[in-house]
Amino acid sequence: MPLSLLLFLIAGLGGVAWLSARAKASALAGVGGPRLHSVPSYHGWYVALWAVVPALLFLLVWQIVSPALVTDAVLGTPAASSLPADPMGRQSILDEARSVASGELAGAFNPAAEALAPAYREAGSRYALIGAVLAVILAFAGGLFAFTRVRSDFRARTKVERLVMAVLFLASLIAVLTTLGIVLSLLFESMRFFAQVSPAEFLFGLNWSPQTALRADQAGSSGAFGAISLFWGTIFIGAIIAMIVAIPLGLMSAIYLTQYARPAARRWLKPALEILAGVPTVVYGYFAALTVAPAVRDLGVTLGLPASSESALAAGLVMGVMIIPFVSSMADDSIAAVPQAMRDGSLALGATPSETIRQVLLPAALPGVVGGILLAVSRAIGETMIVVMAAGLAANLTANPFESVTTVTVQIVQLLTGDQEFDSAKTLAAFALGLVLFVVTLLLNIAALSVVKRYREAYE
Amino acid sequence: MRARIRRRYAAERRFKWLGFAAVALSVGFLAFLLVSMASRGLGGFVETRVKLNIDFAASDLFLDPATLKGEGAEAALAAADIEGTVAAAAEKQFGPGGAAIVSEAAWLRVREAIREKPETLAGKTEFWLPSSSAFDTAAKSDGDPPSEAAYAKLNAAGGVSRGFNWSFLGGSDATDPTAVGIWGALKGSLLTMLVTIGLAFPIGVLSAVYLEEYAPRNRWTDLIEVSINNLAAVPSIIFGLLGLAVFLNVMHLPRSASLVGGLTLALMTMPVIVIAGRNAIKSVPPSIRDAALGVGASKVQVVFHHVLPLALPGILTGTIIGMARALGETAPLLMIGMRAFIATPPSGISEPATVLPVQIFLWSDEVSRGFVEKTSAAIIVLLVFLLAMNGLAIYLRNKFERRW
Repeated sequence: MPLSLLLFLIAGLGGVAWLSARAKASALAGVGGPRLHSVPSYHGWYVALWAVVPALLFLLVWQIVSPALVTDAVLGTPAASSLPADPMGRQSILDEARSVASGELAGAFNPAAEALAPAYREAGSRYALIGAVLAVILAFAGGLFAFTRVRSDFRARTKVERLVMAVLFLASLIAVLTTLGIVLSLLFESMRFFAQVSPAEFLFGLNWSPQTALRADQAGSSGAFGAISLFWGTIFIGAIIAMIVAIPLGLMSAIYLTQYARPAARRWLKPALEILAGVPTVVYGYFAALTVAPAVRDLGVTLGLPASSESALAAGLVMGVMIIPFVSSMADDSIAAVPQAMRDGSLALGATPSETIRQVLLPAALPGVVGGILLAVSRAIGETMIVVMAAGLAANLTANPFESVTTVTVQIVQLLTGDQEFDSAKTLAAFALGLVLFVVTLLLNIAALSVVKRYREAYE
Repeated sequence: MRARIRRRYAAERRFKWLGFAAVALSVGFLAFLLVSMASRGLGGFVETRVKLNIDFAASDLFLDPATLKGEGAEAALAAADIEGTVAAAAEKQFGPGGAAIVSEAAWLRVREAIREKPETLAGKTEFWLPSSSAFDTAAKSDGDPPSEAAYAKLNAAGGVSRGFNWSFLGGSDATDPTAVGIWGALKGSLLTMLVTIGLAFPIGVLSAVYLEEYAPRNRWTDLIEVSINNLAAVPSIIFGLLGLAVFLNVMHLPRSASLVGGLTLALMTMPVIVIAGRNAIKSVPPSIRDAALGVGASKVQVVFHHVLPLALPGILTGTIIGMARALGETAPLLMIGMRAFIATPPSGISEPATVLPVQIFLWSDEVSRGFVEKTSAAIIVLLVFLLAMNGLAIYLRNKFERRW
């Protein structure tokens, strides 16, 4: 029986359980009957849940367990006695036979696998049938058990609500599990990387060339994992060039929009700025590579500096533009949070609006603005597509913005696309870089939030 | 004194002007970006067609119209060398090298025509076929000299026309820029978004309800809140690493599938939905809860019958914004292998697929000049989708926003 049909059947049983339990509860309550503790539909839900949930849980377990049972059954058949004894060869034949039995492969290359396929098919359908029958029995048993408990004083609502609360709690645990998953997977793979490359070399080495040689006599690809030039490239693009663009433009935009712009203009300009934040990064990357990079290179050539077609400046400029709305909205919030009395006091003393902004509002809002800038930096250094498309791959330790530099995120993408073998230092290096990126963005976020929090407390 | 006031007022005007310049520069950049994408990309929706007369009767094509009716028609079509016939006809009509004028995929259209009307095989037929990438470029802007010359000659003779490029909307990835389409990537995006919203929306809303309405103040709750706030700020590429390490290497889910892409993006979108959901739930006034509790509703009933329906517009707005972000996301999907060359649209969530932003990234890497306008055209499609989603979110917010 196909799984979808089985699920449909169980859902149907649940529906029947709901209807019959509600009918029974309504009948109990009938005219002149006892007063129910819970409304009839809660009795319905209680019985339906008893019918459906255990059966589904059983099916889930069965899906995990049954392949092993099927394999055992196949190994017990006479056809399996001729299998080779070594585990590798045995496993490959079994896998092939399974693919043939399930129809993924039209025919087997190995005659032994071909011979095992019917056994697989037979055992598979037998265990599927057993699972289906057990699930349906479980659904009936659960439903009947719950149905007998439906009485006028039965607290169906409390029971159902307890389950609802459990589901809510489990849903909120997913976030913790995700964080845990990120930390553990990064840590685990990084450990394997650091078993091959020493952490000191990774964090302080200057030479980055992750291509490991296939043969010992190949030249030039020794596999060096000194990530300093990547860290420098990331900081150069994300924290220096992008911020030189984003901080003045974002801050001045926020000041103009909150202090000077007429409401009508503000209503149009603010969403326009927000669109900048909504443009996908791949579009920015394409724009940077196709339009900005050639212009930047021409500028570099005019200035007489060594310029390459992929430059830190092009990527940084476009990234700065992407960050503008971010800085602007954070600055907007913190300026708006400065008490009106401070502004009024300054204006009443005869200061012009710009003097008020520069000498009263900005100093008061500074912690919030700094927090916003820290968050913006954390976003900029984690940004991937713009730098992948516009910043280049060569690990250069240069301060010339017209030259190509590479960043942590570019190298992660570079190391993990194409062929991967999961124990080479090259692939694992991506996880070590990811760990560094994760830790740095986490620290920046924590710092930003604590700055913002302390500042909020000052005015409350 | 007066000079000083004048100086201060000048500084005031300068400052105001600077502020305006900052806004104008930012908005101007947006306008420049959109206009440059539009001017480059609109050409991608137009194809250049050339007129080609194919004389099937005189050609080397061995294809009996009778075999094209009933069974065996597909096999007969597949066996026939239609591609060669089209190339030969082009060489004959346009002179030596003429086959380079017609798109590599043009013979597929001839095959469709034959399939629909086997009678065409009997005589001479006039076809309007898509031109090759080099010719197309020459027709639209400036191409290489031989294509320019061929275009000038054909155009003067009235053998060139333009039309809407339907195959761009209906096709999938291909090696020839005149034959590419975005339907495959778009379908991949839709399937991925379906998985994402199916997971992120219920989990996000339920966690928001738990944290805002029921969670006791203790360490567990703090831990949950801290992890949600951090997840919202984790770089997207880290989610890609998580997807690679957990979904592919531990759980062995199929590579490049929209199932894995959707799962990864769901983990990324969920914190956005939780935060939006909490704000929406928080803005429902306590008097609603008190009133419901007062007439005897249980705590669960209060939330699911009263608070949640009132908070739903706010939650939906946040969800749409989160989904728009997920739709434009590229980096995590590269990590889980959704960058393969996919020439057929995926038919299910476990099939290899690609998504629109990744398709844009792949095309942007192509060297052929014909891909420039296709990339920009795909960007236009993506931006139209994103603008529509954001517009819907703003509309919902304005329509249902309630001030208590």
